[in-house]
Amino acid sequence: MIINHPILGPRDAQEFTYLGDANLIDRPDWRAENAIKAFHDYLHLRDNPAGEHRELWFHEQGDRSWLVVTRDTLTHEITSVELARDVARERGRGK
Amino acid sequence: MTQVNRLQGGLISRDRTLNFTFDGRNYQGHPGDTLASALLANGVRLMGRSFKYHRPRGPLTAGSEEPNALVHLRSGARQEPNTRATVTELYDGLEARSQNAWPSLKFDALAVNDCLSNFLTAGFYYKTFMWPAIFWEKIYEPVIRRAAGLGEISFEDDPDVYDKGFLHCDLLIIGAGPAGLSAALTAGRAGARVILAEEDLRPGGRLLAETSPLSDQSGATWAERVRGELVAAGNVRFMPRTTVIGAFDHGIYGAVERVSDHLPQPEAGKPRQVLWRIYSKRAILAAGATERPIAFANNDRPGVMLAGAMRAYVNRWAATPAQDVALFTNNDDGHRTARDLIAKGVNLAAVVDVRPNAPKVDGAALFAGAEVIDSSGRLGLKSIRIRLRNGETRDISCGALAVSGGWNPNVHLTCHQRGRPAWDAGIAAFVPGDALPTGMAVAGAAKGDLSTAGALSGGAGAAVQALRTLGITAKPPDLPEAEDMAVSLKPFWHAKGTKRAWLDQQNDVTVKDVKLAHQENFISVEHLKRYTTLGMAIDQGKTSNVGALSVMAELTGKSIPETGTTIFRPPYTPVAMGTFAGRSVGKEFRPTRLTPSHKWAEERGAVFVEAGDWLRAQWFPKPGETHWRQSVDREVLATRGSVGICDVTTLGKIDVQGADAAEFLNKIYANGFVKLPVGKVRYGLMLREDGVAYDDGTAARLAEDHFVVTTTTVNAVLVYRNMEFARQCLWPDLDVQLASITEAWAQYAVAGPNSRKLLQKIVDPAFDISNDAFPFMACGEITVCDGLRARLFRISFSGELAYEIAVPTRYGDALMRRMAEVGAEFDVIPYGTEALGVMRIEKGHPAGNELNGTTTALNLGMGRMVSKKKDCIGNTLSEREGLNTEDALRLVGLRPVDPTNPVVAGSHLMAEGGPVDAAHDQGYITSAAYSPVLGHSIGLGFLKRGGARKGEILRAVNPLEGVEVAVEVVSAHFVDPEGEKLRV
Amino acid sequence: MTYSAFRILKEALTGHKGWGPQWRDPVPQPDYDYVIVGGGGHGLATAYYLASKFDQGRIAVLEKRWIGGGNVGRNTTIIRSNYLLDGNEPFYEFSLKLWEGLERDLNYNAMVSQRGVLNLVHTDAQRDSARRRGNAMILNGSDAELLDADGVRAMYPFLNFEDARFPIKGGLLQRRGGTARHDAVAWGYARGADRRGVDIIQNCEVTGFRIKDGKVLGVETSRGYIAADKVGVAVAGSSSRVMETAGMRLPIESHVLQAFVSEGLKPTISGVITYGAGHFYCSQSDKGGLVFGGDIDMYNSYAQRGNLPAVEDVMESGISLIPALGRVRLLRSWGGIMDMSMDGSPFIDRTHIEGLYFNGGWCYGGFKATPASGYCFAHLLATDRRHETATAYRLDRFRRGCMIDEKGQGAQPNLH
Repeated sequence: MIINHPILGPRDAQEFTYLGDANLIDRPDWRAENAIKAFHDYLHLRDNPAGEHRELWFHEQGDRSWLVVTRDTLTHEITSVELARDVARERGRGK
Repeated sequence: MTQVNRLQGGLISRDRTLNFTFDGRNYQGHPGDTLASALLANGVRLMGRSFKYHRPRGPLTAGSEEPNALVHLRSGARQEPNTRATVTELYDGLEARSQNAWPSLKFDALAVNDCLSNFLTAGFYYKTFMWPAIFWEKIYEPVIRRAAGLGEISFEDDPDVYDKGFLHCDLLIIGAGPAGLSAALTAGRAGARVILAEEDLRPGGRLLAETSPLSDQSGATWAERVRGELVAAGNVRFMPRTTVIGAFDHGIYGAVERVSDHLPQPEAGKPRQVLWRIYSKRAILAAGATERPIAFANNDRPGVMLAGAMRAYVNRWAATPAQDVALFTNNDDGHRTARDLIAKGVNLAAVVDVRPNAPKVDGAALFAGAEVIDSSGRLGLKSIRIRLRNGETRDISCGALAVSGGWNPNVHLTCHQRGRPAWDAGIAAFVPGDALPTGMAVAGAAKGDLSTAGALSGGAGAAVQALRTLGITAKPPDLPEAEDMAVSLKPFWHAKGTKRAWLDQQNDVTVKDVKLAHQENFISVEHLKRYTTLGMAIDQGKTSNVGALSVMAELTGKSIPETGTTIFRPPYTPVAMGTFAGRSVGKEFRPTRLTPSHKWAEERGAVFVEAGDWLRAQWFPKPGETHWRQSVDREVLATRGSVGICDVTTLGKIDVQGADAAEFLNKIYANGFVKLPVGKVRYGLMLREDGVAYDDGTAARLAEDHFVVTTTTVNAVLVYRNMEFARQCLWPDLDVQLASITEAWAQYAVAGPNSRKLLQKIVDPAFDISNDAFPFMACGEITVCDGLRARLFRISFSGELAYEIAVPTRYGDALMRRMAEVGAEFDVIPYGTEALGVMRIEKGHPAGNELNGTTTALNLGMGRMVSKKKDCIGNTLSEREGLNTEDALRLVGLRPVDPTNPVVAGSHLMAEGGPVDAAHDQGYITSAAYSPVLGHSIGLGFLKRGGARKGEILRAVNPLEGVEVAVEVVSAHFVDPEGEKLRV
Repeated sequence: MTYSAFRILKEALTGHKGWGPQWRDPVPQPDYDYVIVGGGGHGLATAYYLASKFDQGRIAVLEKRWIGGGNVGRNTTIIRSNYLLDGNEPFYEFSLKLWEGLERDLNYNAMVSQRGVLNLVHTDAQRDSARRRGNAMILNGSDAELLDADGVRAMYPFLNFEDARFPIKGGLLQRRGGTARHDAVAWGYARGADRRGVDIIQNCEVTGFRIKDGKVLGVETSRGYIAADKVGVAVAGSSSRVMETAGMRLPIESHVLQAFVSEGLKPTISGVITYGAGHFYCSQSDKGGLVFGGDIDMYNSYAQRGNLPAVEDVMESGISLIPALGRVRLLRSWGGIMDMSMDGSPFIDRTHIEGLYFNGGWCYGGFKATPASGYCFAHLLATDRRHETATAYRLDRFRRGCMIDEKGQGAQPNLH
């Protein structure tokens, strides 16, 4: 596979390490009342769709960027690649 | 023997004669020959035995789809089993032997299976060999295994090397037949970067086997001229002897270039084969088509071959399988073989065409509307029996029979991304379906355009279209005039009869087997395949799948496309495992990382051990030491007695900088870091988000906004990755930057009561490292050896007064030598990982065996370190009930009740006097060592409620090795439990 | 019809006319006592044991395509019970014992071949870990032997002992482990279930569940609605897709695992060998092909195909371990969809919907579990109680913090 890195351009997927569902960005609030359940769901439950999947890849043998790749799990077609940091900020993560 | 069946003409170089042997007999051939063509020219039709019935077999094809003519090629360590004689280029001295035959190819004892075939039907083995159970492994299976299989390996290490390479192009063209050449010409002239891959040694494809001209020249000549132009252009890379084996994601293709297989052995410095990964923007599949046989009784005898293959042998290789030949066809293309044979002077005994209105043949008897229904000849075809239109039968003597049932487009690569082919009734064959791999187009016979003119124009058209999508304008070249015959074919799959008619020749699957599969409800094509083993042989069904589908379709009353298709998977043709492995084998399997003191350690005769990709000194034997324990005990005692040095560069080091660096580490570690003063180091425990401990190390605060984190050797990469995840994805607005600096700094542990004295000899006088100025857990940036910048950490893994000192890696070797020199007066010794391990067990520090990915801070006895007052990775889920049960495992120390007994890691702990079984398992021993300080073995282990069981005697059972030792539960801190030595 | 050598003899002499279908193709009935979703190994085994050992009720197996076409039809055929943890080892040992009697039980030769499974060790830490595992196996009533390097060399002298990046220091051997003919396992269970009246319905895709008041009433299928008192789902790589229609999110990701077979060879490797310094496991089928595999491709996929890097990685490991295979040709590769769970261990459990049961999360080790998985799932379906060897395979174990993590990798499915 080829991942079109937003900064570096097309790169072989072999340079990357895969993590999984991009929802792993949405780490719950540790102070919430149901924090254990929230963390359980966050860490363990996955949509695991057969189709479009937003997922995290780490450019381990490159610039060490975490990327959010939108990829179809049936065809492996990649439709977008974003810097995970940008996505995280869009989703309201800060300090 | 002379080349009795050698004809005139052909694309062979008669000016040179090549000697070769087959089963020990000498033969001659010429450059340009394949092993199969040369054997045929020498009058040899029998080349192999089939898999199950051990039937005598000769080549069915002239290409890579060959199911029958499989041999052992070469000898010794280069022996290659299952090598297709049809694609083996002849070289002088070639050595081939038959396989799957004993005692000889002509007299094969297991041919008895053929006589028993009525008992050995499809899947018979699922119905028997069940009683008594013990007989399966002892009797039945060994017999089956010896009878099964085909060739043999030498069991010697493959002496050849294989390379890997990466190529990029605008357009990859797969196949250099008329369609591929025409596409390459089009794209090449348009200036595109083109790769043209061809499995054969020269371009042309079917053009090399046919006699019909391209305008005023032969197909082979035209192909050579095109090659010349393409190669001269510079933007086209022509790759002969290169098979594209798979279509992978995003336009990436795998290709195998057989660099040296046509030579006796690779030239010096050259690989045997190269695996190319080709990154293409567009691809054109122009892989041609494969002819299919017609099944009839005993249609597998040596001499029976595909009509197009026979034409290729006659035209290209000037070799005929026999002097008297017959033809069996259901289509006009088969008649080309008749014409070419006659033109070459071969006697054509009969043309049998199933079509009542078959076209006339000049120079041979035509039997229109007739079928071949049987054959005879034990080791080679002697005659065929035909059934005439009126039902009469007639026997015709012939030494070879050309069979044509039509052509199947080579759609294989179109299926590699699970696209399914579609049925084209016009040619009665599967053609590429709609769902092609992204960027791929198909042209020529592979698409179902079976005429030369169609291939030429189709290839050019496909190239124009493909390039247009890349913004490159191309126009079709002036193409030569070529035959443009429409396909005229009457689908005909097998001649009815009661005897066995072969579909899959290698695996001996007959029409009867398909009928039995149907009878037993193995009707789905996948069931059919798996039950009968159809299409699972080396040719992967290239010549058999469609025929078998047709039989099943007849039985179910469905059409062939309704009956199903099996999709093809990579590789297109079999590929040597060594080719995929490339050079990453043996010692080069993984990179070898050496520590800065490696050379120095080597000079001292150190024994090295693998630690991940690193090689570390395990111990440093001294003259007279005959057992590793002597060396290790000495190193431990010398360190604890005076001072020792250990290279700990392999520990992961991560530089953390920024205004929020402390806050960041506070989130990464389970324990707190915000309040760590500048100039201090703190031990830190990292949890996974699921609350399990996964790494530990230290973080040293060099400045308000600057930390250096150390990790374990094995987790250096993972911790860095996780920290970047936290930085970029979880807390993107923290002002913090990370850098992996493991390789940038050489780091040594200097341990023992004299460690400070040693260091004071190299630390520059401006820096006071006395106990008061530089106490336990202090850190600082200093200089050593007159101005060399260094970092000093007063931390201890050994439990002694100890430091770790780091200098830029390029000074690592020099620093080691200097410390050895100045330490001589303290009898400083280097110690290896074994002594390191012994001392950390003596001190009760957890390491990899304890941080095994299932243990929590609670298990490790560090439960109180996990801060509940802050957000950090893992603290929330560490509170789950299952991780906090009353009988949770706790890290304990264990010592043998009888000090002469060893403690063995991996032993399980059982209560004294209780049963020894899994239900009563109390825990297990993680690490063990002989403590030279204590004079007996010691161990660390996890024990249920271990914190409250000190003094208890347990049984450490090791039934695996038949050992049991009574052990006492003690503190894990065997040495200096109060840590007094650390602070002096 | 009972299979035997005598029967083959008789049929051979009478034109093989007596062989009937190994299973029927019945028309689906409007309702059943039990509907098993998924006609793979686990689903068929479940139906077989339900019918033969538990309830005699009306049972149907619904299969989207053709039976035995999932991971039971595409694996490396290894059977073993060399597990470490309490939650696993009794279950896999139970499975191995069922394998040992399977063929007589089914009257079908699935070629269960106990040729030994050898896991190589290359470091002292691996040996410690192998010892702990081997002891756990023995304490659970299984068998294990710890070999040193010479012991390994005596079994397989052609392994790379001389020029290895990671020298072989020994191995953990389970002699009762081995291989089985994977397709025949599916067919044997299918035939056995069919003979006990189970309706095996192929080309019948379950598209949803009919659920009312928290209780399952039946399944919607491509061949119409089928009512059922109890529904058991055993669909491996399709688990998330199927259970989503019941409103469930699972601790599972689907990944692709490639596996490989070489051209046929005369006897080369007698048992199963597993490399300890890279991802490679290999055995030889009775037909002669070397069957081998390695790591998953690492990314979520339902594509049933993989890419070159994973292939190359497997071969690098393979040739590093057995340099004599360099000239052996890879014949075919394939990819299966693996239901990778968050701790590498499976689920055999009820769901929050009454009457709906789930079996999945087998990662890429489901084949060896087939008999016990079927037996324990049947036990749960029939009695509503967990089988004693499968008490830990609960869906809520992550919530409770009771993971069964053999590899110690945490909630990272592609590392299990």
